Amino acid sequence: MEIKVTLNGKKMVASVEPDTLLIDFVRHHGCLSVKRGCETANCGLCTVLMDGVPVLSCSVLAARANGHSIQTLEGLQEEANEFIGFIADQGAEQCGFCNPGYVMNTIALLRENPDPTDDEIKAYLAGNLCRCSGYEGQLRGIRNYLNWKKEAHNG
Amino acid sequence: MLKIANYVRAKSLEEAYTLAQKRTNVILGGMLWLKMQNRSVQTAIDLCDLGLDKIEEQDDCFSIGAMVSLRALEMHPGLNALTQGAMAEAVKHIVGVQFRNLATLGGSLYGRFGFSDVLTLFQVLDAEVELYHHGIMKINDFAQLPRTTRDLLVRVIVPKRSMRVCYLSQRNTATDFPVVACAVSETDGKYLCAVGARPGAAVVFTDEQGLLCGGITQESAEAFGKEIANRASFGSNTRASAAYRKQVCAVLVRRCLMQIKEG
Ligand SMILES: Cc1cc2nc3c(=O)[nH]c(=O)nc-3n(C[C@H](O)[C@H](O)[C@H](O)COP(=O)(O)OP(=O)(O)OC[C@H]3O[C@@H](n4cnc5c(N)ncnc54)[C@H](O)[C@@H]3O)c2cc1C
Ligand code: FES
Ligand code: FES
Repeated sequence: MEIKVTLNGKKMVASVEPDTLLIDFVRHHGCLSVKRGCETANCGLCTVLMDGVPVLSCSVLAARANGHSIQTLEGLQEEANEFIGFIADQGAEQCGFCNPGYVMNTIALLRENPDPTDDEIKAYLAGNLCRCSGYEGQLRGIRNYLNWKKEAHNG
Repeated sequence: MLKIANYVRAKSLEEAYTLAQKRTNVILGGMLWLKMQNRSVQTAIDLCDLGLDKIEEQDDCFSIGAMVSLRALEMHPGLNALTQGAMAEAVKHIVGVQFRNLATLGGSLYGRFGFSDVLTLFQVLDAEVELYHHGIMKINDFAQLPRTTRDLLVRVIVPKRSMRVCYLSQRNTATDFPVVACAVSETDGKYLCAVGARPGAAVVFTDEQGLLCGGITQESAEAFGKEIANRASFGSNTRASAAYRKQVCAVLVRRCLMQIKEG
């Protein structure tokens, strides 16, 4: 069957099987940042934005994405670049496998709530599992980024 | 692995219902539960073009479409004002934001899952469910329908009335299924208490013995909690034993009542 989607700003028409998953579709089209972790809707590694809303691409049919806009980390480099350095500065991650999903969901969080409390950050990112770290480093990284942004704005 | 031979976006409820009568066809909600299954589906029936993803506030009720996401329930100001935040509390521990953006109210209720936080809360809201073929019925009657019923959940109706509600659950670890889930509501002095994740599906109790007739006190809340824990049946599974669930249930019911009292 044929679907029309906008993938990272680029309109495309593609042929998919009725049970093609969105994760396989975006990876097939070069978005290799989107990773398969659990494939049981538990780990958040496969997070993409569908019409700006974070969803698990391992659990959405490509057919349902027909008519919608999909964004992956490949299309959000600039927005991500702002804060990933702060996470790296903390040495927050070890293997880094969880990072793309983590960054995608942090982008969604900060769009929805630009000034979150620590509890709000933890609640929003609860569906992003990291097997190496204890999450504290990532939290510190995001907090430092938010503090830096406030300071930059306050002159 | 879920295999799907055909995918159809239904153009009408009638089309979706008719297609759903065939045993090898299946209605798609958020697909999160379906996807965990190992099955071959002839036709997957997608309801996403039927405008069922809206929460409408009417004079006397909230009408919630079957395709409304759990995240939309969590964030809805009207539903959270009505339930004093119990709506958000009931769903916010379910996996993660990205998951709740996909999981639907229709799929969550139609599955009538034993572990369901959603079914547990809606049972104490005096909610009604509209099925395309069976029509409108109380959620408790819906919960009893045979699992073989092939109908289409269209919307859920939550009456707007002055009530006090509290929802609490216990999990072994964050984002896991609940070990016990508990919802209590009070409307005009009438109490409803639902206990879910027993691990069987949620069951509802009233204050048969009138333990709360004199209002909520530490003592009456404790007595009611113990009574509910005695009346509910519990089972054991990998998450918890029946005995542990019973103990936790008594505590959660008491805490729900005390939170209702304290507002
Ligand atoms: C990993 C994981 C963890 C979970 N943890 C929790 C938890 O902690 N607490 C909790 O309460 N729930 C939990 N759930 C359940 C989840 O919240 C949803 O209830 C579940 O995924 C079903 O919703 P869905 O929209 O994905 O439905 P689907 O998977 O699409 O559908 C479920 C069933 O309902 C049918 N169906 C869907 N919509 C309709 C309709 N409108 N009319 C008739 N039939 C319909 C489908 O055909 C299917 O049989 C979990 C699920 C998963 C996969
Ligand atoms: S791969 Fe999608 S949630 Fe883990
Ligand atoms: S750093 Fe290895 S999974 Fe997160």
